[in-house]
Amino acid sequence: MILDLLAAILIASGAFFFVAGTVGLLRFPDLYCRLHALTKADGLGLALIAMGLSLLAGSAAEILRIILIWFFVALASATCSHLIAAHARRVDRERTDD
Amino acid sequence: MTIFLGVIIFILLASILAGLARVLRAHRPEDRMLAAQLFGTASVAILLVLSRMMDMRALLDVAMVFALLAAITLAAYVVLAGRRLL
Amino acid sequence: MTDPFLLFDLLLAGAIIALAASTLAVRDLFASIVLFIIFGLLSALAWVRLSAPDVALAEAAIGTGVTGALLLKTLHHLRFVTGRLALDTATGFTPEHPVPPAVLWANAALCGLITLGLAVAFLGAPQAGPGFDVLVADALPQSGVDHPVTAVLLNFRAYDTLMEVVVLLAAVIAVWQIERGLTAAPAPSLGEVWQGFARLSLPAIVIVGTYLLWKGAEAPGGAFQGGAVLAAVGLVLLLSRLYVPRPSHRAAARWAFVLGTGAFAAVALLVASGGRVAFQYPIEHAKTLILLIEGLVTISIAVTLAALFHGREPVAIPNERDRDDT
Repeated sequence: MILDLLAAILIASGAFFFVAGTVGLLRFPDLYCRLHALTKADGLGLALIAMGLSLLAGSAAEILRIILIWFFVALASATCSHLIAAHARRVDRERTDD
Repeated sequence: MTIFLGVIIFILLASILAGLARVLRAHRPEDRMLAAQLFGTASVAILLVLSRMMDMRALLDVAMVFALLAAITLAAYVVLAGRRLL
Repeated sequence: MTDPFLLFDLLLAGAIIALAASTLAVRDLFASIVLFIIFGLLSALAWVRLSAPDVALAEAAIGTGVTGALLLKTLHHLRFVTGRLALDTATGFTPEHPVPPAVLWANAALCGLITLGLAVAFLGAPQAGPGFDVLVADALPQSGVDHPVTAVLLNFRAYDTLMEVVVLLAAVIAVWQIERGLTAAPAPSLGEVWQGFARLSLPAIVIVGTYLLWKGAEAPGGAFQGGAVLAAVGLVLLLSRLYVPRPSHRAAARWAFVLGTGAFAAVALLVASGGRVAFQYPIEHAKTLILLIEGLVTISIAVTLAALFHGREPVAIPNERDRDDT
């Protein structure tokens, strides 16, 4: 029961961070701010939801798979943010050089 | 608990759809790719919850595929656009 | 509210239709591609809700890994390699030769006819029949595998699957006929972070692709899903220029393209020659044959999809200007 409650709190706060990420995507003024909002929000959101679901999971194998999924999403998301930020900066520089 | 999780996936999906406004009205193409990236992560979250709700472990495989391949499209974009080609 | 899925399903269905419409309606081709990628994400979720994890897996692998990259590459090709879309109209769909209205109307009429046919078929189908679930479940012991979807795809309806593999083969043959040439562009620098990411994720992608193929016999997974996931490895290698196709590689590539179709057809002929109907595998060898076909088809699908992304036959063409093309 307490485990369920804890899981519910974790999952709900995870969903909250996803909503916060979307608000950031819509409201922040430029790409770099949005990048900042998104990477924090969706990384944390997914981590919280994954943690909550691990508490509900039936077997150790399931928990391990959830952790692996979270790990690769976090890895890909960090890499993608880096790629997009570096690319955007290159584009901006070329624009100011012209 | 199931009702609660049902509300959660609804919120996650709604947050994806709200973010679509950014895709439709972007200042620059990077914004669009970034938004698509966020939606990928949200879809993984939805899949994780659904695998619990529908009691289908196979959905974890779908989520794993999403997680591993999420970066491919973005890398393709950065490579193609990197030489001012897109 | 008793069904916890109701709101989610309604929102998902509405969103998919809206996304499909806006993908077609939006003027900016790049936005259209991004919308299509998101459309793929949501349709994978829809397949999940329809309790079809096999299709969801295929949609996830092809939609996120391959389709987006292929479409981006196509846009790039139209704008900068063939120059079909002028540069100054790069954000709008302004082809040099607009499609004549008669062709547009003819297309619309044909699409309308197809939709009408689908509607008639749907309305004419038995409303709440048992479907084929029972038939498949009854025949499952004779199929050699334990997963109904794999049994249907590679045993009961193997002919359809063979044709799907042939479609991919035909596509890559067509692409190699149309586009030729070597790439002269320098290797892109995706940076150290990307290198680290590739080192961690490429082995994981290979493992997951092989796992999906292997698991197909008893759970959702199989040749198409595994092949599409493995194709992503090819895409990464091509994108980061770790692998550059050379004219001398063409023979091996051709073998890889036809491997799946060839093995599939050969097994069918072999079975048919033993006095059976094609694809009516002898039960004691069914699992071996299905795994053999699936394994070879996986290789073919992975190599073919990667070759489609590369988009041209690597032949040295004399007097060709250097192309700055990935």
